[in-house]
Amino acid sequence: MMAAENVQTFTDGNFDDDVLKSGAPVLVDFWAEWCGPCKRLGPTVDALATEYVGKVTVGKLNVDENPKVSFQFQIRGIPTILIFKGGQVVESVVGLAQKEDLKKVLDKHI
Amino acid sequence: MPPTHNVIIIGSGPAGLTAALYAARANLRPLVIEGIEAGGQLMLTTMVENFPGRRDGIMGPDLMAEMRAQAERFGTDIVQGNVTSVDLCSQPIAVKTSDAEYTSKTLIIATGASARLLGLPSERTLMGHGVSTCATCDGYFFRGEPIAVIGGGDSAMEEAVFLTRFASKVTVVHRRDTLRASKIMQDKARANPKIEWLLDHEVDDIVDGGTGEVTSMVVRSNKSGDRSEVPVKGVFVAIGHTPNTALFRGQIELDMNGYIITHDGSKTSVAGVFACGDVQDHIYRQAITAAGSGCMAAIDAEHFIDNIPEHLATV
Repeated sequence: MMAAENVQTFTDGNFDDDVLKSGAPVLVDFWAEWCGPCKRLGPTVDALATEYVGKVTVGKLNVDENPKVSFQFQIRGIPTILIFKGGQVVESVVGLAQKEDLKKVLDKHI
Repeated sequence: MPPTHNVIIIGSGPAGLTAALYAARANLRPLVIEGIEAGGQLMLTTMVENFPGRRDGIMGPDLMAEMRAQAERFGTDIVQGNVTSVDLCSQPIAVKTSDAEYTSKTLIIATGASARLLGLPSERTLMGHGVSTCATCDGYFFRGEPIAVIGGGDSAMEEAVFLTRFASKVTVVHRRDTLRASKIMQDKARANPKIEWLLDHEVDDIVDGGTGEVTSMVVRSNKSGDRSEVPVKGVFVAIGHTPNTALFRGQIELDMNGYIITHDGSKTSVAGVFACGDVQDHIYRQAITAAGSGCMAAIDAEHFIDNIPEHLATV
């Protein structure tokens, strides 16, 4: 799953600076290579990144390669989407979600 | 108004993609609307060892990628999106998604079936926090921890065996004292020393102890009625599937369990509407039978189109 245009790659290393200290709301898609539904959700997240460019930072975090952040936010199932604002989790969407539903959730925070 | 399609196929599991392959090779230029669970149930499995022609097995997601590429190679259009409504009575048939509207001379329903849940309120609130319907997705998060698999069929056995890679212990909970799973799958599970059995038991509750994460489950013996609490960090629900037919309810004949009733091959109660795969099959439910019925649906749709009277064919 290559990151599309406007989609950031979050890691244990950059999470503090790029997500928690971000001025804008941030959507983080927790995924892994071995997760079929994550691959299905990927294009939806890519589309949201394009639609919300300049309003919401959108990125993906590979749970396999970044155990620290995954553990910190008690990720126990993927795909999970967390939306951060001011360093806090303001929304959590577990499992497959449709673009329209994710947009409704995002629109509450911009 | 965009042109009327020959065939629209709803769903992109083995049934939908095989229907697409055959319809494409019949020059019908099928349109597949893949749905939210694109690729179907095989996207959640690991090694598929019973698909003929794959002697050494193939990973479920890889098999679906192959089927998709093969359908596309012969001229299938595949669009993302979920169908929100259909009008099976209109001529041509109307299909709406959240971002588009389509019309088609024929419709092939291959919407499959989705994982069934226990129906406990705690199951919904703890989904993603210890409760899961996808062992291949979430097993990784339970390294060295005790977990439970609920169910007694083939998928429950497969999940239990798979989860022993991560978990310290896997307890299989099944409401009957015999398993529904095939002999080969039962033997695999029974031979695994990390699997324990709680047969003739039902799950009454999933508990988080105020932590927001699963800490235990409450089980009840069907024989004695005794309840006990079993400490687990994860609960994987594998108790079967329900057909995805809510879209069609009231427009097409369904059986008492919600499956589409087919006759004479893949025909449904509505002319020009065909069904294939798990949405009309609660007995076999295999990738190969779904694929086979998808082939039948495409051939039935082709015959239907060939026999549409000239004055109606121009719609």
